[in-house]
Amino acid sequence: MNTLQKKPMSRDAMLTLGAAVIGLVLLFVFDSTFDRFTMQIFKLCAINIILALSLNLINGFTGLFSLGHAGFMAVGAYTCALLAMTPDQKATNFVLQPIAPWLLDLHLPFLPALLVSGLIAGFIGWFLGVVALRLRDDYLAIATLGFSEIIRVVLTNTQSITNGSLGLKGIPRYTTMWWAWGSAVVITLFLVLLIKSSYGRAFKSIRDNEIAAESMGVDVFGMKVLSFTISSFLAGIAGGLLAHYLTTIDPKQFIFLKTFDILLIVVLGGVGSITGSIVAAIVVTISMEALRFLDGPLNLGFMVTNGVPGLRMVFFSALLMVVVIFRQQGLMGTSEFSWDSLSRIGLLPKRGPKSGKGGE
Amino acid sequence: MLSIKNLSVHYGGIHALRGISLDVPAGKIVTLVGANGAGKSTTLNSIMGLVKAGGGSVCWNGEEILGSPTKAIVESGIVLVPEGRRIFPNLTVDENLSLGAYARTNKDEVEADRERVFGLFPRLKERHKQKAGTFSGGEQQMLAVGRALMSKPKVLMMDEPSLGLAPLFVGMIFDIIRQINAAGVTVLLVEQNAKAALEVADTGYVMETGTIIFSGNGKDLLVDDRVRKAYLGEA
Ligand SMILES: Nc1ncnc2c1ncn2[C@@H]1O[C@H](COP(=O)(O)OP(=O)(O)OP(=O)(O)O)[C@@H](O)[C@H]1O
Ligand SMILES: [Mg+2]
Repeated sequence: MNTLQKKPMSRDAMLTLGAAVIGLVLLFVFDSTFDRFTMQIFKLCAINIILALSLNLINGFTGLFSLGHAGFMAVGAYTCALLAMTPDQKATNFVLQPIAPWLLDLHLPFLPALLVSGLIAGFIGWFLGVVALRLRDDYLAIATLGFSEIIRVVLTNTQSITNGSLGLKGIPRYTTMWWAWGSAVVITLFLVLLIKSSYGRAFKSIRDNEIAAESMGVDVFGMKVLSFTISSFLAGIAGGLLAHYLTTIDPKQFIFLKTFDILLIVVLGGVGSITGSIVAAIVVTISMEALRFLDGPLNLGFMVTNGVPGLRMVFFSALLMVVVIFRQQGLMGTSEFSWDSLSRIGLLPKRGPKSGKGGE
Repeated sequence: MLSIKNLSVHYGGIHALRGISLDVPAGKIVTLVGANGAGKSTTLNSIMGLVKAGGGSVCWNGEEILGSPTKAIVESGIVLVPEGRRIFPNLTVDENLSLGAYARTNKDEVEADRERVFGLFPRLKERHKQKAGTFSGGEQQMLAVGRALMSKPKVLMMDEPSLGLAPLFVGMIFDIIRQINAAGVTVLLVEQNAKAALEVADTGYVMETGTIIFSGNGKDLLVDDRVRKAYLGEA
């Protein structure tokens, strides 16, 4: 009996270790064999994983409908770019109006710059949370949406700090495969631990029943603010990675539609599932590229259409509608991946531990 | 001993509690009965710190707790099973129980209490990994009681635990209340089912529109003509 109980534990640990090694080898192989374009998509998958997870923390796990993510990403992207660019690189960008002198010489290596982006986004998130989290559901959505548009307007109009609508160009391409996926893995692990902790349970209890949570002694408002702050921090990190991935940013990239792109991933994957967000982030990011042909001229056999820019998004919007109508819980619902679930559907015993699927 | 004096609560313009006073002696079962909208839930919620009181005092073992945060009140040993089975539907039984112990830090003691709750409600143990939302109404009420016990209460306050339950489950709930009380937990019980409540209670208070109109020994109130007419549906 005792050995029986211990066996799955060590099996799971071995499987996880095996998957981690396979993942690492795959990353290495991909990094050295794939062309630049494919690698870019692969990196974008990791950034979108972080964005989806952070939005899921607040919308899925804490049950607060927030639509401010584009704003926090923008804060992170600009902070990281402005801190990590050298004074020369900055000076060449600011042609309309010179950059503020205090900002010109402010220069940090990539990692501290990335952390500062997260901290600033997190601080703004904390502040917004304290103000807006007293509002109920739909009002919170409107307030956070408004906030993200305000951020964009501020970015457009602070010429000497952000270079306004001209944006920033020539941002060093620091977001390598290792940075992107390394951050995604660290953040995933952090969130898995957070959700399993008593904080995570408190978040979920608020989502399920605020009054009951309060009567159990959960500090409902404080926990909401905490969840919102962590979510904003992570969105800031993702924004920083994105800036050094795209190498060019401007305020228009962070319109509220960007939030909806992430929301699409969260809903498709399952509101309240870490596994779901990860899988959906990868699938959606790759299909966005794979379906790029939809936007160009199409040969339908009997006729050739002119390019319809945006047809891809029509496809995803239709997919979203189908999901909302037929499978509201998304791909995973609130379930998570576990090795046991693989053996339950008969995948594991036949395959053995070494060929377990990679990933988290 | 939990002692409530002159407690008063307003909801906007509505004067829901007009200065009520009641005593809940240690180790006893006290019940609060009355018509819909009398202010029973408001009384429990304001003791718990969930509703802000306009005045009065709630003394718990000689200490004023009115105005303390809910977490501190739970830590001090008072817990509420809220009205309408407010369990966490998307969380498992285990997670629901863990949330009952949210204010506690000693993990070993919490696990021991989890086993005790499973002993009291074997059905919860059988399905400890199941999501609570899939439970029947009666099972959810048991989970709500079990969850409250996880906070290791000295005073257990229950807001209409028998609401909407089949007679068999109602009987079970009242049995459980007796058992919990026999184990040394003080009980403050709010009930629509005045007859069953007064039968199990040591002391009863009858409420009407924000005031307490009668109080006394549970058995005495059961045979009191005024109470019988108004609350027990007997002519
Ligand atoms: N959140 C609230 N806002 C405004 N009025 C409220 C609120 N909660 C309760 N009330 C009012 O306060 C009065 C007392 O309500 P309470 O819920 O305490 O009654 P109750 O005795 O528990 O009734 P029931 O037996 O129906 O549960 C009622 O008139 C009710 O309408
Ligand atoms: Mg009530």
